[in-house]
Amino acid sequence: MRLFFAAFAAFIVAACAGPQVRGTGDLGLVIERASGQVTLVDTSVRQPYARVAGLGDLSHASAVYSRDGRYAFVFGRDGGLTKVDLLEGRIVKRVIQAGNAIGGSISQDGRIVVAQNYTPGGIKAFDAETLELLAEVPAEYAPGKFSKVVGLADAPGNQFAYALFDGGEIWVSDFSDPRRPVTRRFPAGSQPYDGLVTPDGRYFLAGLFGEDGVALLDLWQPDKGARKILENYGRGQEKLPVFKMPHLRGWSVAQGKAYLPAIGRHEVLVVDTASWKEVGRIPVRGQPVFVIARPDGRQVWVNFAFPDNGKLDVIDTLAGRVVKAFEPGKGILHMEFAPRGEHVWLSARDDNRVLIYDTATFGKLGEIAADSPSGIFFTSRAHRIGF
Amino acid sequence: MSRIEFGLIALLAAGNTLAGEPPPARQKELVHLVRQDCGSCHGMTLQGGLGPALLPANLQDKPAEGLVATIIGGRPGTPMPPWNQFVSEDEARWIVDKLMTGFPP
Repeated sequence: MRLFFAAFAAFIVAACAGPQVRGTGDLGLVIERASGQVTLVDTSVRQPYARVAGLGDLSHASAVYSRDGRYAFVFGRDGGLTKVDLLEGRIVKRVIQAGNAIGGSISQDGRIVVAQNYTPGGIKAFDAETLELLAEVPAEYAPGKFSKVVGLADAPGNQFAYALFDGGEIWVSDFSDPRRPVTRRFPAGSQPYDGLVTPDGRYFLAGLFGEDGVALLDLWQPDKGARKILENYGRGQEKLPVFKMPHLRGWSVAQGKAYLPAIGRHEVLVVDTASWKEVGRIPVRGQPVFVIARPDGRQVWVNFAFPDNGKLDVIDTLAGRVVKAFEPGKGILHMEFAPRGEHVWLSARDDNRVLIYDTATFGKLGEIAADSPSGIFFTSRAHRIGF
Repeated sequence: MSRIEFGLIALLAAGNTLAGEPPPARQKELVHLVRQDCGSCHGMTLQGGLGPALLPANLQDKPAEGLVATIIGGRPGTPMPPWNQFVSEDEARWIVDKLMTGFPP
């Protein structure tokens, strides 16, 4: 009996020492752009829990998640695609898939990871399980001419929509057969700089740099082609210089309106998503880079290009104006909301800190150390269309 | 060569050296500016992005003065903005010199 008890106790101890069972819904990662590593974070306790190194050049890196929220796919500037296990805190697989990459996306069914590339210009699709190359779509918009690809976003039906910076077109590739994608092309306008798919998966918007306006494609009715909205929003006035390209994503949509950065103007443009007509513009304190709605849509947070990248403006969507303007740190590069928006994480690159704020009181809840942090990505993205 | 001419050349040479080398603290700021803020388009490692690569091999055939003019005045028709609010011509010349010979980390 005593022997049995000892054996039982040993079993209990061994069980406790084994891997802890937990979900991943409250986890995320912070890109540390200068040192090629990511810090894994727990948003419930608001603390880092692991650091994973060896991801290459992470300047302008981004990440998407497997549908079970366990694996992050990190796209590096050097063309590296790295699959990171958030539970075990390690790299599962890493491939160099291009010379110069800008981001990526994951299919509706979670089985295809697609990278968008500057060099060679185009997109490449990989098996999410193995990172085996499935197919590629070179962005050859004219014979022998390849474009940088921007704005890649997933859409329902295992489709991916993206824009060609040099080609001035929107392309939609259908990966229903992952090894044989079918691509349609739509003229969009001059120099699309980024794109987004609306949270319902219906519309693709491509912001234009070379002209005032945004190209809009209805993915439910692609035969109608892309049309321009917000045309001539600059009203022919001289543009202010843009020291960093704005970023678009489905987070722009809140309360039936899309909040979009103006190019060369210190304004956020407001568009009704039913009529796609401009319904307002909100003055802010710089060239907007990220214009991100809190998940409930009550607030929209705006950060800015150099030299105003220490500032943050918060728009109240009910009041239609900035209700909070502050300077939380140096080089605020990115913001990520907790899944239901009660707090927001800010990367302060030049302070080597990630700052955590309460979005109701604007009080600071805490901070974590990170080496030159840039993008922050939480696993809640796994379940959002267009992320 | 007259003494005055010689003196003038020496003065110019000295002026060039002084103008061409920002003080160490400013050099540090400029390196940070190039890597972090120019880096948002050209890449933190300067291997290119939306903007072209700025490594010595990419720049060797380009005249330095043209590159200085691009930094100062921007490039109309492209996303390259003018940086003259933030760097002087002499500082731009120093940046170009460092880019062409291998930019400090």
